[in-house]
Amino acid sequence: MKKRRERIDRGIKARSEDVYALSSWREMLYLAGPRLLPAAAFLLLPLFLGVYWQKVMISVAVFALLAISWNMLAQTGMISLGQALFFGMGAYVSGILNFYLGIPPWLTIPAATVLGGTLCTLILMPVLRLRGIYFSMVTLIIPLMLVRIIEATKIFGGTEGLSGMTPLPSGLTEVYLVTGVFLGVLFGLRRLMETDYGLVLKGIRDNDRSVTNAGIDIFWFKTQALFIASTIGAFAGAFMTHVYMFVGMPVFALDYSILPIAAAVVGGSGTLAGAALGAVMLVPLSEALRGIGGLRIVMYGLFLVVFIVAIPEGLFDYIQRKYHQMERWVEIDQ
Amino acid sequence: MSLPTTLQVENICKIFGRVAAVDHLSCEVRRGELLGIIGPNGSGKTTLVNLISGYVKPTSGRILYNGQDITRIAPHKIVCMGISRTFQMVRPFYQLPAYKNMIIPLYSPRIRQLAGGKYGDRNAVALDLLEEVGFERDAHVAYKPAGTLPQGYLKRLELAKAIALSPDLLILDELFSGLSLAEVASIVPVIEKLRLAGKTIIMIEHRLKELFRIADRIMVLNYGQKIAEGASAEVMESEEVKKAYLGSEE
Repeated sequence: MKKRRERIDRGIKARSEDVYALSSWREMLYLAGPRLLPAAAFLLLPLFLGVYWQKVMISVAVFALLAISWNMLAQTGMISLGQALFFGMGAYVSGILNFYLGIPPWLTIPAATVLGGTLCTLILMPVLRLRGIYFSMVTLIIPLMLVRIIEATKIFGGTEGLSGMTPLPSGLTEVYLVTGVFLGVLFGLRRLMETDYGLVLKGIRDNDRSVTNAGIDIFWFKTQALFIASTIGAFAGAFMTHVYMFVGMPVFALDYSILPIAAAVVGGSGTLAGAALGAVMLVPLSEALRGIGGLRIVMYGLFLVVFIVAIPEGLFDYIQRKYHQMERWVEIDQ
Repeated sequence: MSLPTTLQVENICKIFGRVAAVDHLSCEVRRGELLGIIGPNGSGKTTLVNLISGYVKPTSGRILYNGQDITRIAPHKIVCMGISRTFQMVRPFYQLPAYKNMIIPLYSPRIRQLAGGKYGDRNAVALDLLEEVGFERDAHVAYKPAGTLPQGYLKRLELAKAIALSPDLLILDELFSGLSLAEVASIVPVIEKLRLAGKTIIMIEHRLKELFRIADRIMVLNYGQKIAEGASAEVMESEEVKKAYLGSEE
């Protein structure tokens, strides 16, 4: 007798799909749990962690923001290989505002977020009409080019960078600022992508001609998505400038471009939550592997490969499926 | 006919490399008319549609829509001016339910303009439009992912997407191709209803029998040139048309 695996939705999923979910605590918890649990963890953990792991959490949130920013672009059909551009631009803008003009962090961070995002959008706007790999190549090249420009012209401290930025008031302020923004961005953008506006953005990825044929200017919508994504990246950079109290050429490093993509792929490249989940896993893993010395990168790479082969749809989609559906073996009649 | 001209194509030319896909073609479409365009494969029908809808820019010549030159206007703006079209190859958003496919045209600036900045529930409008083109509401066909629908429904979805933009001029590029006789028969009333609503329609078709029944006028293209034009019966009598379709006897 042949058997095949069948997946069916759990009863509770069906029961909690409508407004009736409000009629029972169990159903409400089923819906809210997966959202509240990580949020609560992010908000409570810093209170129990030492300084070192607090720093790791900051790193997690920063890379999660970059991964979300990458995913936002990917959902609109733009594969970016240069999140470092957004990160570095935000970092340099807030560094310059603080170093030369003495503006305090609570002003430089928002200013650099908006200004950095605007600058990145303006830089990439001319290439928005390029598709696929051509767009990706340009995003990869621009941050590398900016590094060379800073090196050659020696502006903004040249290879030395700028140091002595005003730090944020305390370690806990740092953690809560970045995790707060991270959670806000994650849940806010998830909601945005569920709206009709989000549907148009996803439509551009699937079939841009069809969106044009609906009388919608895809160039303008891509610009908006690019602005949202680069603003998120710029915030991460602006924030890190005040954490490191330094800004220099490393902010345009390839790490800030590649790790967010790895996070998005491991976590699930189709969803914002997946991208965030990837960062939550990869950054601490990278820290934990520090102990083993030279083979760290090899182990890290091996982990990535195993993951991509074992769960190609991404960890988030896998968990989501297990949460909503159960599997059973059914006999095939014949 | 004294009806005003909706679309006027003046001596238009499109050259791809060394081939003239559309070669010094002129034609006009009057308001409320249904013009059928036929011709053998590669005769430039789809290129003509791409020229009108702005996806392809002509090498020379111009296109007037309600007296306004639209030759160099971007495709999305042309849609907002009231010309919408379907594509021969349907490419819906496969993962989305059929009615969600309709949200994107309903999000268009044109709809916002026509509704004066207000629009009701897009989902409800989408379901109504789909019912109009033959998505049976009782069977919940509109809720199925577009990727699971048969070709007949995909073509209807494509038509519904074009209608959703409430166009004044509707261009249907081989809407009937790949459909069974029964399916075509069920779409024809939809087109006739659009005509009663005063829409101007251009249809490109290979299904001549069905087209001749509903078209006011037929234009025949071959090698990018107009070889005949007129009522369906007289067009098929033309020697040139017979030669183009059946081959010359030399």
